Amino acid sequence: MAELDIRLTLNGEERSASVEPRLLLSDFIRHSLRLTGTHVGCEHGVCGACTVLVDGQPQRSCLMFAVQVDGASVETIEGVAPEGELGPVQQAFHEAHGMQCGFCTPGFIMSLTALLRESPGASDDEILDSLSGHLCRCTGYVNIIEAAHLARARMNGGA
Amino acid sequence: MAPEPLIGRAVPRVEDERLLWGRGRYVDDIHPEGCLEAAFLRSPLAHARVIRVDVTGALGAPGVVAAFDGAQAAALAGPLVFDMARIVPEPVRRSVDPLVRVQPMPSLPTERVTYVGQPVAMVIAESRYLAEDALQLIDVEYEDLPVVVDPELALEPDAPLLEPEWGDNVAIAFNFRKGDPDGAFANAHVTIEERFRSHRYMAAPIETRGVVASVDPFDSRLTVWASSQTPHLMRDFLAGALGYAPDRLRVVAPDVGGGFGMKGSIYPEDVLVALAARELRRPVKWVEDRAEDLASSTHGREQVHQIELAAGADGRILALRDDVVHNSGAFTTLGLVVPYNSFTHLLGPYDIESVDIRMRAVLTNTGVTAPFRGAGRPETVFAVERAIDRLARELGVDPAELRERNMVRADQMPYATGLVYRDGADQVYDSGDYPGLLRKARETVDAGELRAQSTDERRIGVGYAAYTEGTGVGPFESARVRVEPGGHVVVSYGGASQGQGHRTTLAQITADALGVRFEDVEVRGGDSGEIPQGFGTIASRTLVLAGNAIAEAAAEVRERAARIAAEMLEISPDDLELADGAFSPKGSPGTKLPLGDVAGFLSPFNPARPKGEPAELAAGSIYRPSSVTYAAGVHVAVVAVDVATGMVELLRYAVAHDCGRVVNPTIADGQIAGGVMQGIGGALYEELVYDDAGQLVTGSFLDYLLPTASETPELRLAHMDVPSPLNPLGVKGLGEGGAIGPPAAIANAVEDALLDLGVVVREGPFGPSRVRDLIREAATAGRDKVNTVGS
Repeated sequence: MAELDIRLTLNGEERSASVEPRLLLSDFIRHSLRLTGTHVGCEHGVCGACTVLVDGQPQRSCLMFAVQVDGASVETIEGVAPEGELGPVQQAFHEAHGMQCGFCTPGFIMSLTALLRESPGASDDEILDSLSGHLCRCTGYVNIIEAAHLARARMNGGA
Repeated sequence: MAPEPLIGRAVPRVEDERLLWGRGRYVDDIHPEGCLEAAFLRSPLAHARVIRVDVTGALGAPGVVAAFDGAQAAALAGPLVFDMARIVPEPVRRSVDPLVRVQPMPSLPTERVTYVGQPVAMVIAESRYLAEDALQLIDVEYEDLPVVVDPELALEPDAPLLEPEWGDNVAIAFNFRKGDPDGAFANAHVTIEERFRSHRYMAAPIETRGVVASVDPFDSRLTVWASSQTPHLMRDFLAGALGYAPDRLRVVAPDVGGGFGMKGSIYPEDVLVALAARELRRPVKWVEDRAEDLASSTHGREQVHQIELAAGADGRILALRDDVVHNSGAFTTLGLVVPYNSFTHLLGPYDIESVDIRMRAVLTNTGVTAPFRGAGRPETVFAVERAIDRLARELGVDPAELRERNMVRADQMPYATGLVYRDGADQVYDSGDYPGLLRKARETVDAGELRAQSTDERRIGVGYAAYTEGTGVGPFESARVRVEPGGHVVVSYGGASQGQGHRTTLAQITADALGVRFEDVEVRGGDSGEIPQGFGTIASRTLVLAGNAIAEAAAEVRERAARIAAEMLEISPDDLELADGAFSPKGSPGTKLPLGDVAGFLSPFNPARPKGEPAELAAGSIYRPSSVTYAAGVHVAVVAVDVATGMVELLRYAVAHDCGRVVNPTIADGQIAGGVMQGIGGALYEELVYDDAGQLVTGSFLDYLLPTASETPELRLAHMDVPSPLNPLGVKGLGEGGAIGPPAAIANAVEDALLDLGVVVREGPFGPSRVRDLIREAATAGRDKVNTVGS
């Protein structure tokens, strides 16, 4: 199958690649770029595990083709905090025990990071709305909600 | 002074950081050089004769390396034979003399397909994309056979047969009686009889199943990475099916994204992917997609109970009768496990003298049902707890009060039910205070103020569910504790984590038992190469079994280290203290001999090493429990039901739980919360639906609805933990408990909310359309009644 050339910014670095038009963005990130922190749970846009930021907005990478990010900036879990550090949302998930198996976690972190960067004082409802785009089968969500509130408090200049 | 114990402390998880950076290593993250990918053609029909499978077209497709049909697979590997499922302990045989039929499962069928989604052919290609392209070029000819989906219809004399040589569809059958049930029913003050159905739903972990297999080109050893709860069992199974000596085969469960029982089974794809790697001498990977998971991974829960209770005027339950039909799906891979769990949890926390139970598990043309968090208990608890509420209404007694009157009291512990557990031991509840749990749950839910908000349009209801849970079933788990010369402590165990936080909790146990710092302990599980014997993480068993195995091994290491340290320091072992990984003579805390130095002293490099001592400071232990420990819980749901729309809103959910001694309260509460949410999902949203032709009509997450953060109620947890006397740590298992209560508690709450409309809840899930139907039916029945009375 004919391949198309794409250029993108990935976690702040310029990258270029040749991809088949039908290659999913999720598979491009995981298999071609070998960034395996983005997980695939359903491949039909429901579970949210594959969420990455495209030009700052959360997107389900299983519902996009790689060619659609030509010229865009893509951010994955690997780029969400400086090497060796936990960002505020990651730190909150750890402290509030907002994770168990960790498979859905990167997706939650990406969506919540996007929300809190844009509106650090997001309301409880806005937070719930953002979290509800993701499925978790381990935690029962209680501690995820708590982690989100903790992250908001920190990113909004609080504790 | 003895250091503060770590058991009981909310030590932060050591697992998290790596996972939060996106550096977890799940099966699909493992991609050896030159790895091929598999895709499976699956049956579109629920029951059909396979006339012809022609993979020639696929073999010519781009990137395709191989294609296998059933005949080829059968020539290379035997069928899946679940020998363990055939084992019936002698005391179980004496108690209920069960019929247990277990059929071999072909990895790819050659004669017949028996459920939609069953794999029929496998293609191996350079990528999954190319493998899936090629599936469309496989030609299969089927001849339709009659289909049976409903387990009760499968019992009819003219039902289509899944295993024609059996003569019927019954895979498991047994009866049990104790006391004088007939006399009790004949003389009871009040009796009730109801039919309750537990609907089918499933684990649906966010990571689906997956397997990567690779043969070492130099020594032909096979390594399999699998998203599994039981890597050691899978090793033995694959070794048998593929003709390997078990120690030439290593199975690793790396990071696993949730399991909940579903990944405790062995599947055709596990054998087929390993087989392909062996035949092609290249690594092969298969990761299940979600449609495959919903159709082909194991399901749970489907049971019908025709249940009766007899009670005296004082509300004492005198007898219980239950006729249970369990839907096994197309294969019974695990034999007695789930139906027998349903049986041994029917009496739950209640003291009931006379019992008459009939259990039948039947084959149908549906996906295989197998243990899913609770494994037979939520089904049984749904029936019994619903029946108790119906009895309470009949007697005009408060349902919580009626429960309390019938519970086994703390002073009756240990309490023998008269049943024999699946492990062959008499069923004896080891410890607990069930009435105390009930009172604690009632106090915790504090529903009065919510109930007061009830209106005719939005009715508030409160529902209870109480249960016991046999946790930590045998036969064994293994562990090995080793102190390295630098002081690093490596703990290997036979279980595997799917997110439970074993690396944290098992390190807490080790640190206390060995007398070392938590930071110096590294826990390694999920790898048959790490420790030769193992059983796996299923059945709420790892804390009880691996935990006690580790504690035993660590105590042995400590004792041996003390003996050698005493020689090194030329004092008596009794005069030594151990804290933070170093020995000190009593009264001289300044003199320290680190454990690592003791380990180094044993090194074969040390010319002064004591003769005859093993070279390692290590000990292994196999923990074999006498029987299970009994965890217990009481759940209370508070719901609001919108009468116009039928919408059920879960306002508050309270749990009072007994899981014995708690190792890490944060992790324990996390397990309960997660289990409760899976139960809530089953009660309100999730249902696997087959049509009459055996087509799965809920084949994606657009139809199979999992709860999200928006559906999370206010959750209140209370503990009343009574240590188990059965094991040195005093622990009971808790992985499954949370999922057992919600379907019953929520059903009882919905019925309570709609009680004066005459609604009786008999099956879930309680989505708006079902609840509206119940209200409408009750109104019609009520009108008919009025008309009859009037005429």
